[in-house]
Amino acid sequence: MAKINAALIGSGNIGTDLMHKALRSKWVNPVWMVGIDPASEGLAQARARGLATTDRGVDGLLPHLGEAGIRIAFDATSAAVHAENARKLAARGVVVIDLTPAAIGPYCVPTVNLSAHVGKREMNVNMVSCGGQATIPIVAAVARVQPVAYAEIVATVASRSAGPGTRKNIDEFTRTTADGIEKVGGAKRGKAIIILNPAEPPLIMRDTVHCLTESEPDEKRIRASIEAMIAEVQKYVPGYQLKNGPVFDGKRVSTYLEVAGLGDYLPKYAGNLDIMTAAALRTGELIAEEMSGGRFESARTT
Amino acid sequence: MNLRGRKVILHDNCLRDGMHPKRHHITLEQMVAVATGLDGAGVPLLEVTHGDGLGGASVNYGFAPHSDEEYLRAVIPKLRRAKVSALLLPGIGTVDHLRLAYDCGIACVRIATHCTEADVAEQHIALARKLGLDTVGFLMMAHMVEPEVIARQGKLMESYGANCVYVTDSAGYMLPEDVTARTVALRSALRPETEVGFHGHHNLAMGIANSLAAIEAGAVRIDGSAAGLGAGAGNTPLEVFNAVAARMGIETGVDVFKLMDVAEDLVVPMMDQPIRIDRDALILGYAGVYSSFLLFAKRASAKYGVPSADILVELGRLKTVGGQEDMIEDLALNMARARTRRAS
Repeated sequence: MAKINAALIGSGNIGTDLMHKALRSKWVNPVWMVGIDPASEGLAQARARGLATTDRGVDGLLPHLGEAGIRIAFDATSAAVHAENARKLAARGVVVIDLTPAAIGPYCVPTVNLSAHVGKREMNVNMVSCGGQATIPIVAAVARVQPVAYAEIVATVASRSAGPGTRKNIDEFTRTTADGIEKVGGAKRGKAIIILNPAEPPLIMRDTVHCLTESEPDEKRIRASIEAMIAEVQKYVPGYQLKNGPVFDGKRVSTYLEVAGLGDYLPKYAGNLDIMTAAALRTGELIAEEMSGGRFESARTT
Repeated sequence: MNLRGRKVILHDNCLRDGMHPKRHHITLEQMVAVATGLDGAGVPLLEVTHGDGLGGASVNYGFAPHSDEEYLRAVIPKLRRAKVSALLLPGIGTVDHLRLAYDCGIACVRIATHCTEADVAEQHIALARKLGLDTVGFLMMAHMVEPEVIARQGKLMESYGANCVYVTDSAGYMLPEDVTARTVALRSALRPETEVGFHGHHNLAMGIANSLAAIEAGAVRIDGSAAGLGAGAGNTPLEVFNAVAARMGIETGVDVFKLMDVAEDLVVPMMDQPIRIDRDALILGYAGVYSSFLLFAKRASAKYGVPSADILVELGRLKTVGGQEDMIEDLALNMARARTRRAS
């Protein structure tokens, strides 16, 4: 089946890593990369791999959407820029997968609710946050066994893997992740904590997921559900690993995880960034698959 | 050391840092009694928040019986002169928590980051300043980096709007020369009107000596806790420091006898265990480990049969930072597994 052409908006770490992954995709064909800095290393890498590029932001891409046959765009800019990008691209019938914390569209965590997005023909889906991608699957794995009154996650990432955008608005991480824990994970109440650790060599992303179940936890079923969920996540993030748990302590169910990246463009320790790009690509691939099968006829106005 | 005539602002932490040894269980009545006692003794600033700051209530750090809002609203109206501060760690608490604490009437907020991560505090410091709060930057685990790094990070906090920056010895690891080096570096990097403070832990019994070193190097705010009630072996015992200050002619404006009464009659009876330098607390100071890990390591030790001392040493070796309490159970499980393997 024909691949669907896609544009990568944002030529920073995330956009560049995503390009490397997308170049291997069976469903998505990255043809354009959009940046704002002519000296960007990401744009240079894209050109070297045969992608067309612009350093004039999304406006530099818009005139070429038709000729390039672009139907999907991945936005790895910032929440503020995304709002504008999303408006312009939606008007041209391009489906946007949003890796920023803008959260204009519904949240997508592939192993949990990707199938719920199928057939909806959504024009914008949001990837929550790195911590959300790493932990919401586990919350959902518990919540599909029995009701979760409260879920709390602690994401510990290497300082080097937290970029200036994250640092300027760290509250956005805690809020968006907590919201995703509730809306996608299925916990009645969610809380998120992020810790930056500057140790050298950098530590691999660690995630702890504490769930408080409403009734006594069904240990056997929860254990099986978590194991099955981890196997699902590993399909697109092979370095997603259970380190300890689930620990059962009264109604507390605690799971300790480590997330190593593939090391495409970003270093392996930056599993937090890798799980975002991998999840976004997985989401894009599903949409591309639907498009190829003629099941996604968006309201195209070009 | 001649510090005669130096004016120093004492900041009590027993109702915030003291939440750690209390597993965050301090009643509203205890809060009000201690706070009004400190006020009566002339302590100008006292902190009231969950031990891990605003929004700290969690499985990871522990739940208090009351919200930060309830504690603040109970305490603040009862004080005549003393001002109340809140602590906020970006990544745990948010600007929403800060606004709420502001509505409750705090006069001061301390925005705490690991000593290399000041740039995560920009939005919180900027908002605090905009609200007109006494805005303090708190560089935690300051022993882990060189003085120049503390100076650079402190300047960042100042650039966001902090009017005071603290050298925070979260692990109670520093010796007076370490405090001097960091305080001097910070003092010379910041604008003259920006104040410098020191927050100590007593794990190596250096709380008083370190605080004096900080004052000599230019610090004008000193943290302590009545009866030392704080994480690890506690904070610098404030009533002791105040007595030493009085002997040395340092001006704190705090009544020596009234403060010791608060410590002895109100705070000591609240303690669930003596606040002293036991073996684990000594390891915190010796190995440079975040003081609030202490009780978590003791509990993991009891549950998984791994010596708490070993857990704490390993936490130090792994260069863990404040807030990584979730590492402790994870690590204890790994260590227990390794021991079983060795035994079989």
